Amino acid sequence: MSASPELQRQMLRQMQTIRRFEERASDDYKGGAIYGVVHCYIGEEASAVGICAALNPDDQIISNHRGHGHCIAKGADLNRMMAELYGRVDGFCKGKGGSMHIADFSIGMLGANGIVGGGLSIITGAGLAAQMEGKNRVAVGFFGDGASNAGSFHESLNIAASWKLPVVYVCEHNSWAADTAAKKTHAAENMSDRAAGYGIPGIVVDGNDVLAVYEVAQQAVARARAGEGPTLIECKTYRQRPHTERPGAADRRPEEEKAYWMARDPIPILVDHLKQQQGQFSDEEFKAMDDEIMAEIEASVAYAEASPFPAPEAALDDVFAD
Amino acid sequence: MSMREISYGRAGMEALVEEMRRDPTTFHLATDAPPSLVEEFGEERIRATPIAENAFSGIAIGAAGSGFRPIVNWSMVTFCFVAMDQIVNQASKIHYMFGGQQTFPLTFRSSVGGGTSLAAQHSQSPYSMFMNLAGLKLILPSTPHDMKGLLKSAIRDNNPVLSFESSRLMGLKGEVPDEDYTVPIGVADVKREGKDVTVIALAWLVHEALAAAEEMEKEGVSVEVVDPRTLFPLDEDLMRASVQKTGRLVIADEAGPTAGAAAEIAALVTEDAETFKALKAPPKRVCALQVPIPYSPDMENHVFPDRNRIIAGIREVMEAG
Ligand SMILES: Cc1ncc(C[n+]2csc(CCOP(=O)(O)OP(=O)(O)O)c2C)c(N)n1
Ligand SMILES: [Mg+2]
Repeated sequence: MSASPELQRQMLRQMQTIRRFEERASDDYKGGAIYGVVHCYIGEEASAVGICAALNPDDQIISNHRGHGHCIAKGADLNRMMAELYGRVDGFCKGKGGSMHIADFSIGMLGANGIVGGGLSIITGAGLAAQMEGKNRVAVGFFGDGASNAGSFHESLNIAASWKLPVVYVCEHNSWAADTAAKKTHAAENMSDRAAGYGIPGIVVDGNDVLAVYEVAQQAVARARAGEGPTLIECKTYRQRPHTERPGAADRRPEEEKAYWMARDPIPILVDHLKQQQGQFSDEEFKAMDDEIMAEIEASVAYAEASPFPAPEAALDDVFAD
Repeated sequence: MSMREISYGRAGMEALVEEMRRDPTTFHLATDAPPSLVEEFGEERIRATPIAENAFSGIAIGAAGSGFRPIVNWSMVTFCFVAMDQIVNQASKIHYMFGGQQTFPLTFRSSVGGGTSLAAQHSQSPYSMFMNLAGLKLILPSTPHDMKGLLKSAIRDNNPVLSFESSRLMGLKGEVPDEDYTVPIGVADVKREGKDVTVIALAWLVHEALAAAEEMEKEGVSVEVVDPRTLFPLDEDLMRASVQKTGRLVIADEAGPTAGAAAEIAALVTEDAETFKALKAPPKRVCALQVPIPYSPDMENHVFPDRNRIIAGIREVMEAG
């Protein structure tokens, strides 16, 4: 099913929200209000948004260290996200997690993760639970090309394939793992060719074309819901930013490569598509949408600033459940 | 001896580069291949690995047992947990289990510690987990001098050595000799002499203990600061001698107290009859709180020990006897 004009606008809105949220997060990190480390997803928004558009509210996802986009695409509240980045009590993790560890279990967002490959077996377990409960729920694991070389990737896909688990594995192949080029660490042209080795479908998609991502996501989700097992989707994409927002951090990627991908920014691609296809969508409309988003981002910062820091002793809470 | 000032991080790099020049059987495995190293040694010896710690740690073991001297950098200690099978089941036991037939000269480097709001997964000091295994040597330097000298010893050692390097100290400057030198594994160091209380401190907390000692000096309390420098083997003789002299013991560690290095040091030092008799007060551990490390700064600071908590610990043992 192709995306309705209304859905396309919603997807555009989400992509632009991710971008504006992260631009602000980066600024506030550099300004000192956000601590630790921030990994931006800017340039890869079409992947999270295209995949999550094919999901139901009770479907579950898991993320990696680059998690803001996945959270927003699954519907996480911006206020509580920003409050977490600001280290405040009203953050999703009460200030325990920060940028690299946002989770909102109430919407099926099982968490961003600082361990490359760490989430892949966990989301496979969520898929197992869905299968055992017979709830027709689907579990989606987002990960990078770097994670596709980790043992947990291979072990999890093999189990999910063997047990026909309702899982969709989404590799966001941006050609780099921190400062190491993907071509130095895997020999196959397409990472998803490995799917054949597990006996499941492997699909390559233009990860900067949200409509194309949405198409393949629907197929994979339908297959999972039908009890036919997992699918491996490889979204070819690119991060427009360095690995982290740390000022002065190295970025060893070639300029021509960056320029190639900057010209394929997923947001203008969708804007152009909407304009051409529907005629009615205009730059003014996009501007109005962006103004609304900017107001939401401002509001999230105000919410974060108004939320108190946790008491120091709160460090001792939540080690164990009651 | 002519000396020069370099940072702790730089000292680690110099040890690596000098040992790689010295010994053509050395090579380097890490998910990152720094351009300066690739330029000097080539991609053959400076290998960019996939993010597959279990495999590349095992690959290092295999190459070590086949005539090479690999140096692995896990980056943060966090990432080595993916390789626990190779560390725990293989590296620590392989020499012993096969009756000493083959040597496995390898070095595993990683950074430890917190204090930078990186949250629970990226703020860990788990060296005591490895102390508990037989068959691994463990170093934990606190100064550029010790970093360079100990890392060279680690690389030259014919056993698996884990080098834990404090992320808080990477920028710390200090003097190192111009010429080649090593710091032997298993030898502690008195970082400051004193008469009234011994503070045995690890890594970053050596510096906090030195600051605490300055403060206590003003109150007329003379603090001896001892740095074990290696966690396996521990230099029990030097630590016991210090406590026999002062009669009081505080142990400071950035890790949590439970089954930690501080607990082992307390037991090792005080189970000796002579040292036990010399004690005027019960030993005191000053460690992190026993929780994963939280992100938000006030909570994080609350968890970690610092000079003030060391001072409180010193006061406690001074008052106790
Ligand atoms: C097990 C493990 N090893 C190393 C790291 C350090 N690290 C963090 S992100 C990263 C690169 C990840 O690359 P990829 O999976 O392609 O995701 P991307 O950053 O490109 O989105 C590395 C090596 C880690 N977090 N976990
Ligand atoms: Mg990548």
